[in-house]
Amino acid sequence: MKFPLASRYLPLLATALVLAGLYVAGCVSFDNFSSLRVAVNLIGDNGFLGIAAIGATFVILSGGIDLSVGAVVAFTSILIASLVEDHSVNPLAAIAAALIVGSLFGAAMGSLIQWFELPPFLVTLAGMFLARGVGFMIHPQSHGIQNDFFLQTVSERLSLPLNNRVSFPFTGTCFVVMFVLATFVAHYTRFGRYIYALGGDEQSARLMGLPVARTKVLIYALSGFCSALAGVVYTFYTQSGDPASCVGLELDAIAAVVIGGTLLSGGVGFLAGTVMGVLILGLIQTLITFKGDLNSWWTRIVAGMLVFLFILLQNVISSASKRLRG
Amino acid sequence: METEPKALLEIRGLVKGFPGVKALQGVDFIVRRSEIHALMGENGAGKSTLIKVLTGVYPRDGGTMRLEGVEINPRSPKMAEALGISTVYQEVNLIPHLSVAENICLGRQPTFFGMIRWREMARRAERALRRVDLKLDVSQSVASCSIAVQQLVAIARALDVSEKLLVLDEPTSSLDEKEVGELFAVLRKLRGQGTGIVIVTHFLDQVYAISDRITVLRDGKLVGEFETARLPRLKLVSHMVGREITQPEGSARGAEAGEADVKAEPLLEIKNFGRAGSVTAMDLSVARGELVGLAGLLGSGRTETARLIFGIDKAQTGEMRVDGRRTSFHSPRQAIRAGFAFTPENRKVEGILPRMSVRENIVLALQARQGLGQMISRKRQLELADEFIRRLGISTPGPEQAVGNLSGGNQQKVLLARWLVTQPRLLILDEPTRGIDVGAKAEIEKTMQELRAQGMAILFISSELEEVVRACERVVVLRDRAKVGELAGDGISEEKIMHMIAEHGHGH
Repeated sequence: MKFPLASRYLPLLATALVLAGLYVAGCVSFDNFSSLRVAVNLIGDNGFLGIAAIGATFVILSGGIDLSVGAVVAFTSILIASLVEDHSVNPLAAIAAALIVGSLFGAAMGSLIQWFELPPFLVTLAGMFLARGVGFMIHPQSHGIQNDFFLQTVSERLSLPLNNRVSFPFTGTCFVVMFVLATFVAHYTRFGRYIYALGGDEQSARLMGLPVARTKVLIYALSGFCSALAGVVYTFYTQSGDPASCVGLELDAIAAVVIGGTLLSGGVGFLAGTVMGVLILGLIQTLITFKGDLNSWWTRIVAGMLVFLFILLQNVISSASKRLRG
Repeated sequence: METEPKALLEIRGLVKGFPGVKALQGVDFIVRRSEIHALMGENGAGKSTLIKVLTGVYPRDGGTMRLEGVEINPRSPKMAEALGISTVYQEVNLIPHLSVAENICLGRQPTFFGMIRWREMARRAERALRRVDLKLDVSQSVASCSIAVQQLVAIARALDVSEKLLVLDEPTSSLDEKEVGELFAVLRKLRGQGTGIVIVTHFLDQVYAISDRITVLRDGKLVGEFETARLPRLKLVSHMVGREITQPEGSARGAEAGEADVKAEPLLEIKNFGRAGSVTAMDLSVARGELVGLAGLLGSGRTETARLIFGIDKAQTGEMRVDGRRTSFHSPRQAIRAGFAFTPENRKVEGILPRMSVRENIVLALQARQGLGQMISRKRQLELADEFIRRLGISTPGPEQAVGNLSGGNQQKVLLARWLVTQPRLLILDEPTRGIDVGAKAEIEKTMQELRAQGMAILFISSELEEVVRACERVVVLRDRAKVGELAGDGISEEKIMHMIAEHGHGH
């Protein structure tokens, strides 16, 4: 009787072990790996991926998928760059506009999925092409930002100094704050629990009288918001907008979610797992950078193997707990 | 209002149609306070439609619905809940991975400025469970509970929403007798507290055990409302089917002469057959042209026995002989090659491919046996489909109809046809009559008798003793995953089987 519940946390534990193992391996192999700077950069450099993955976690928990993430990130970055540089819009207003556009875009996809009963895979695939195309319409290539808000305020004034040499970047702060908020939403709001219910059994959720339609639209709106916020953070991070960037980011996000122990079929998973999944992907990249002589595509190979292992692990756990129940 | 028992729910002239079907044609349905009201009828009678209109799943086309004298018009399950109508559906509708507490409180979680109060929720869930006399750790996931417990959790949820009117759609079809008893005790308690309860079920015994009144529907029309105590069973059944009941033809013990010769040598014989966690040391034999029943309560090991014989689970002790030769199956494939066929209990999950057509479903097993290399021509496929649609009386617009659109009884016939097409020598039928209407049951029974007369060996599993007694010439009785006895010929009766089960049970 105890095992099925504990088995919920088992993938999370496995993720934590992999993360700790990679970190220890790095510290043992390389001198400076254990420095505060490495840890801070790990979080800061992966901030936009982390935020995108948080959005993807909600969608996957509900049993859906969002392929538009990378395209929306790129679209957001070029939208902000263009608004600020070409149209002299106030940076904060540009960011607010981007977040609103991203959320509405997500809500629109969610509405199509809900009201026309279209498969999320195809709707968000179409959304991906659309966002990518519109991004190129706004500006056909990378667009640097000279605005002081991006150069000075965000990268310097909003960093939190940890000691006299290292400070915590604003991109990392966004990631951490988003994680805390998302965890709260997932576990302490009715909306959050509806997401789990929807992913667990949509038919039952409907018959239980839960607001299935509203929840589904909101989930994709939330994912759109997260993608747009990831785009904002990406713009901070690169100090530019680029319509061609972040191709395949959604797949990295999905990989992080799966490595984080969330069931791709929905209903089971934790945001903490996703964050660890993102950090694992980042750590592999860091390890390869430290090693110096390895091709960076090894990141993909290792990530691929990890995704595979975690799917296998979930299968083993779920069939083991089924057997236990008889 | 003090003295007059006013109607809790009053439905008048309810009309509901679907494209091509008039599901409900002017039906009246009245439920009073402190009453358990059975809603009965064959498949297609309109029970499910009535329930779904009542609970806001479907909008109605005409008629009035009043709850406590107030006109209602629920447009969603949530609205129906808010009005005081809570429903527990046949397939328990809970979220398997979430905890018991969450499942009870989902949608109504106690919050503090929008933040869920988990402790308060657990306490509330425990309170709700006490009303159905259940005490368990509410933080465990629903998936880790037995079906019976899940059912009670679903009822606890329904009661937590409202105690006015509780609708139970076939609540007992997955429960064994003890569990049904526990459920009924809870229902009686609720009735005592003033709740009106609507129960839909196929089990006549249970209707008589629990209900105060019965409303019978047939073909979307109201047949009548009756007081249970004043309605003889036979009358009820004839109301339901709309004709006088006759015994299925070719009853086992009225069988023709000469079959004793055929039976002389058993087709299948198992001795001391068993497996840890499955069934223990079972002896059983089935001869050609013999219909052997496996009787016992749910969980007594009937399905497990079938799985062992069919090679789904591997026996650890004992031996199996087919045609007198020692055999052992490592997989169902080998069993199928030996001429065995098995229609599993849960046809929705394990048997039918609902989106594929009747023809495709029927041809499936034959194609699997022939291998993919040898295609069966479309002409032949249609011939086979037509033949079985006729032989089994499958009611379908045609062989290309998707099986998911057929009624339960007809789905079961398609499943049966799929195996018959391979011309098996031994047919294992696990609960072929569960959840299907009286008429379809009689047809399935008739088909079994015909097949037996043609020399097929049949192992028939059913939880309805009445059926086993009527159909079988030998009955193996199981209890607690072991064989406790065997009855044959005129020695078979419901009482004897029940005695056998009871006598061997010391704990209960």
